[in-house]
Amino acid sequence: MRGQPSLCDVLAPLNLDEALALRAAHPEARPLAGGTDLMVPFAAGRLPDRLFLNLWGLEELRGITVSDGEVTFGALTLFREIAAHPLFQREFPNLVRSAKATGALAIQSRGSLGGNIANGSPAADTPPSLLVYGAELELTSLRGSRWVPYADFHTGYKRSLLAPDELITRIRVPRPRAGGFHYFRKVGTRQAQAISKVSLAAWARTGNGHIQELRIALGSVAPMPIRARGAEKALLGRSGASLPLDAALEALQADISPIDDLRSSARFRRKVAGNLLADMLRGLALV
Amino acid sequence: MSISKILLKLTVNGIARQIYVHPMARLLDVIREDFGLTGTKEGCGEGECGACSVILDGMLVNACLVPAVQAQGSTLRTVESLAGVDLSPLQEAFLHHGGAQCGFCTPGMLVAGTHLLETNAVQDEAGAREGLAGNLCRCTGYVKIVDALLATREGRP
Amino acid sequence: MNDYAHIGRSVQRREGRAKLTGAALFTDDFKIEGLLHGATVRSRVPRGRITGIHFEEGFPWDEFVIVTARDIPGKNVVAHLIQDQPCLADGVINHPEEAIMLLAHPDPQRVQDARERVRVDVEPLPPVLSIDESLRCDPVIWGEDNIFKTIHITKGDPDGAEAQGHLRMDATYLTGAQEHVYIEPNAIIAEATAEGVLVRGSMQCPYYVHHALHEMFQLPLEKVRVAQVETGGGFGGKEDFPSMLACHAALLSWKAGGRPVKIAYDREEDMACTTKRHPSRTRIRSAFATDGTLLALDVELLLDGGAYTTLSPVVLSRAAIHASGPYRCPNLRVQARALATNTPPHGAFRGFGAPQSLFAIERHMDEAARRLGLDPAELRRKNLLRTGDVMATGQIMRDEVDLIALMDRALTEIRYAEKRDSYPTLNASDDPVKRGVGFSVFMHGGGFTGSAETMLNSVAALEGTEDGRVRVLAASTEMGQGANTVFTQVAAEALQAPVDLIMVVPPDTSLVPNSGPTVASRTTQVVGKLVLDAGLAMRKTLLDAGLLLDGDVAGAIRTYVARHGALRTESRYQKPDFMEWDDTTYRGDAYATYSWACYAVDLRVDLVTYETQVADFVAVQEVGRALNPTLAAGQIEGGVAQGIGWGLNEEVIWRGGSMANHQMSNYLIATAVDLPRIRVFFEERPFAYGPGGAKGLGELPMDGPAPAILNAVQHALQIAPRQVPMTPEVLMDLVEGA
Repeated sequence: MRGQPSLCDVLAPLNLDEALALRAAHPEARPLAGGTDLMVPFAAGRLPDRLFLNLWGLEELRGITVSDGEVTFGALTLFREIAAHPLFQREFPNLVRSAKATGALAIQSRGSLGGNIANGSPAADTPPSLLVYGAELELTSLRGSRWVPYADFHTGYKRSLLAPDELITRIRVPRPRAGGFHYFRKVGTRQAQAISKVSLAAWARTGNGHIQELRIALGSVAPMPIRARGAEKALLGRSGASLPLDAALEALQADISPIDDLRSSARFRRKVAGNLLADMLRGLALV
Repeated sequence: MSISKILLKLTVNGIARQIYVHPMARLLDVIREDFGLTGTKEGCGEGECGACSVILDGMLVNACLVPAVQAQGSTLRTVESLAGVDLSPLQEAFLHHGGAQCGFCTPGMLVAGTHLLETNAVQDEAGAREGLAGNLCRCTGYVKIVDALLATREGRP
Repeated sequence: MNDYAHIGRSVQRREGRAKLTGAALFTDDFKIEGLLHGATVRSRVPRGRITGIHFEEGFPWDEFVIVTARDIPGKNVVAHLIQDQPCLADGVINHPEEAIMLLAHPDPQRVQDARERVRVDVEPLPPVLSIDESLRCDPVIWGEDNIFKTIHITKGDPDGAEAQGHLRMDATYLTGAQEHVYIEPNAIIAEATAEGVLVRGSMQCPYYVHHALHEMFQLPLEKVRVAQVETGGGFGGKEDFPSMLACHAALLSWKAGGRPVKIAYDREEDMACTTKRHPSRTRIRSAFATDGTLLALDVELLLDGGAYTTLSPVVLSRAAIHASGPYRCPNLRVQARALATNTPPHGAFRGFGAPQSLFAIERHMDEAARRLGLDPAELRRKNLLRTGDVMATGQIMRDEVDLIALMDRALTEIRYAEKRDSYPTLNASDDPVKRGVGFSVFMHGGGFTGSAETMLNSVAALEGTEDGRVRVLAASTEMGQGANTVFTQVAAEALQAPVDLIMVVPPDTSLVPNSGPTVASRTTQVVGKLVLDAGLAMRKTLLDAGLLLDGDVAGAIRTYVARHGALRTESRYQKPDFMEWDDTTYRGDAYATYSWACYAVDLRVDLVTYETQVADFVAVQEVGRALNPTLAAGQIEGGVAQGIGWGLNEEVIWRGGSMANHQMSNYLIATAVDLPRIRVFFEERPFAYGPGGAKGLGELPMDGPAPAILNAVQHALQIAPRQVPMTPEVLMDLVEGA
């Protein structure tokens, strides 16, 4: 253990109001949710932070609310809760599959949706699913709350719209109409408990043999989780029987900017991102 | 320069304990060093290997990823709680099927397996494998571990 | 049929209960009064000269124990085969993880913090970071030519035969480094003064550590004591490295006036600094007759040994001897070299060179079959060794094994013929998931090579106790493989006693004789035989004393010990009478016997992701007799899992001579969902010189999976992969063109 607990302090608010007050007073305090991301660099001695803001006990950040039009998740909703929810199996299968793809059971029992988003890793598993379902985030501070589209939230590698006094408090996802097409696939080095090399999520609605609505998002191919807007544009409104695969693949290559790292190569990521898009479209054409 | 400690109160294997620890101390180190329960192992320190699996408030967690402050008021079960006078049925099955070799992943594997059985999370071999995917073993190739879990679930030796 | 009371039965693991309750104490679990925690300051550059060491100002260095090369009381060396590796770098740096300074402090986090506050100034020198750079001697970094060891094996007239071949092939095969990932990282506790040195820890070979401490301290042998404690996996990774770690911990203790010092590596340090499987490059030139008869093999085998010699010469030896695989080959040349590079030394890993050379020959055979238009099984049928054949080193094949039958059993189990035919049709569809079936046939020599067992001169002993029990005294360590249990069974069998009467003493050089290291698939086959013979001797002693007439072994022992004060029998290694070996010419009986196997694989390759998933795995082997079928199957299953990992996913990424991906999140071993149910079958043919007919089996399962998998990929995709790990990235380049 190379971290230095004896040098680190933790602010431990008892409720959300206290948490927001502490957040405003100590913007340098690193918010700490389930710890599954932050404890890794901490133990390795690679986390510069010395002050933490513990959010784990805050009941206001828990709970899942289902209304007619949308589902609202507390930021501390655990992957395990998402994976186990029967409604989500039906309506948000990508979210369920990506939650199940996040680490293994012990990680899913501590890792939270809000923590996953705030950590800002481009390789995180749930963000592409949240992007294709059109999620919005509630950012809250003493100044008040605001809702922002999740697609606008990440602004660069580990950078976001989150102000220094704000916390992510809720995640809201509109319930997709029944009969949509859902696709999620994660490529890691092994079948479980792996950090993704490429992932692709998609949601589409077809009508009259044409693609009426389509969202595609990817992980691990850019400094942040991204929507593939070029590829979406190339496909939207097109007939399922004659999808312009080559144009979509070309547009996808412009949407992404993968790098070489310890887990894979830019070349592999480009090629497999394209393969995943083609695989998704094969499935879509069969719908 | 040193940060003051917190009084951590929790129930460990059925016994109320309290101890002063740094809030960012890892639960793993608290368990091993402060409580002297060295059955919980450190294999990687990054939540990959599962050798430090414990059951915290009914949830399977990696003790290396839990800061002490987040265990305040919780109920903790470690491998030391699994056997009474006799081994638990899962422990017996590990012995019978040869599920333990070097024994280093074994405590975490047993804690995870116990949790899977208690939550009725395993229906078949594929489910057993998925449930144990967060616990790495380098000795066995998992066959005998999976067999032990399935046998226990079905109440056979 | 089993005529034995204990042998061949699945006796439960002797130390199993302690391992299941958390009661088993591993090195890092001991609570020790006054303990200091040690840490290591390393070089960070692959090659250079140390020009200065700076301690951060204002830091309370007087709280720390600090050791450099100058503090070494004897010789600055970690003694193995030869003495070229320093314990602490003194002026010169030869790899980026080389230890330069040691620190100790009562607070483990303080010592981790402190090592970041030491700055070592190094004048860098150009490093050698690949086999090619080493071959070019650009620059020379070891000896005169960067070569640790060269081995030549020649048989017949390979050049003449090659010229006559109908099919001539020339192909090069690559294998990568592999990290052991025992789940318990290395850890050692030492207490050292001039009065004596005590080292306890996680290790395979207490007498190797003993030798290293003796040489470094230059203390009399009897003043050094080494005791193994519960060891959380080894696989070769705790064969030679613990000698280094023990020297480090003992030096800190020595400097601290004998206070106990523990060095327990965390995973990052363990992965970065300890040994790996040798990367290899093997070029095979071959000639086959029209009908597929193998005429000649010309093998050039190169191993990357890292910065110091350590065990590379013997790894090379095993690689060279296994290079022609299980084939009758009248004309053969093997030229093998182990080369120096500026990376941490590569070392022992289950298989010990054989997986590298067997991978090459087993891939080569499938490529040859394809070129000859033969099924790979047909090509092997023509060429597999038969009893009485002459092997590479001139050894007559004595084993009464029917390799063709062994192969056929595996092929039947995997439903080879049917899948071989049906998969190409299925694969012609536009489904991106392609199916393949493949296999490998191979062998593994049991025990040390050639005359090394004779030179080791191992001894094991049994002792009767006052209360009528039997203590087994051997240096063989239990590290999960089952030595405790197998020795118990063998001793109980010899004495015709219940297993509960037998206690295997934890290896401690002050208590147990030197029965050699726990390596080379020798523990059951060689040391187990010594335990058996010592047991038979004890039984004879009791019978000769007129005891044991009623069959009560415990009673007989009690009486004997009461009458004579002690009861101890010993057995010393004796080579099988037929064995002859000449180490200078590399001719003769390389091993007393071999274990034989055929592994067959059914797999899926997904051309969307280039991932390969093994769907079914059949492991058929002949290991003499499996003394404990459950433990034996566990060894096979675990070895196969490691072999699959080496073949597909486990990639060490080198940057500047260092392992860059030295975390378990970046170097991935298989989870339970990555592996199929491994189906294990034993053919039993008792080996006359093994206990109860047993041969070694621990390493065998590492040899076969990788070539079997790549052979199945050849079947699935009609490509010729020649490299492991065959990661998705590698496969993508093969399929799509680089």
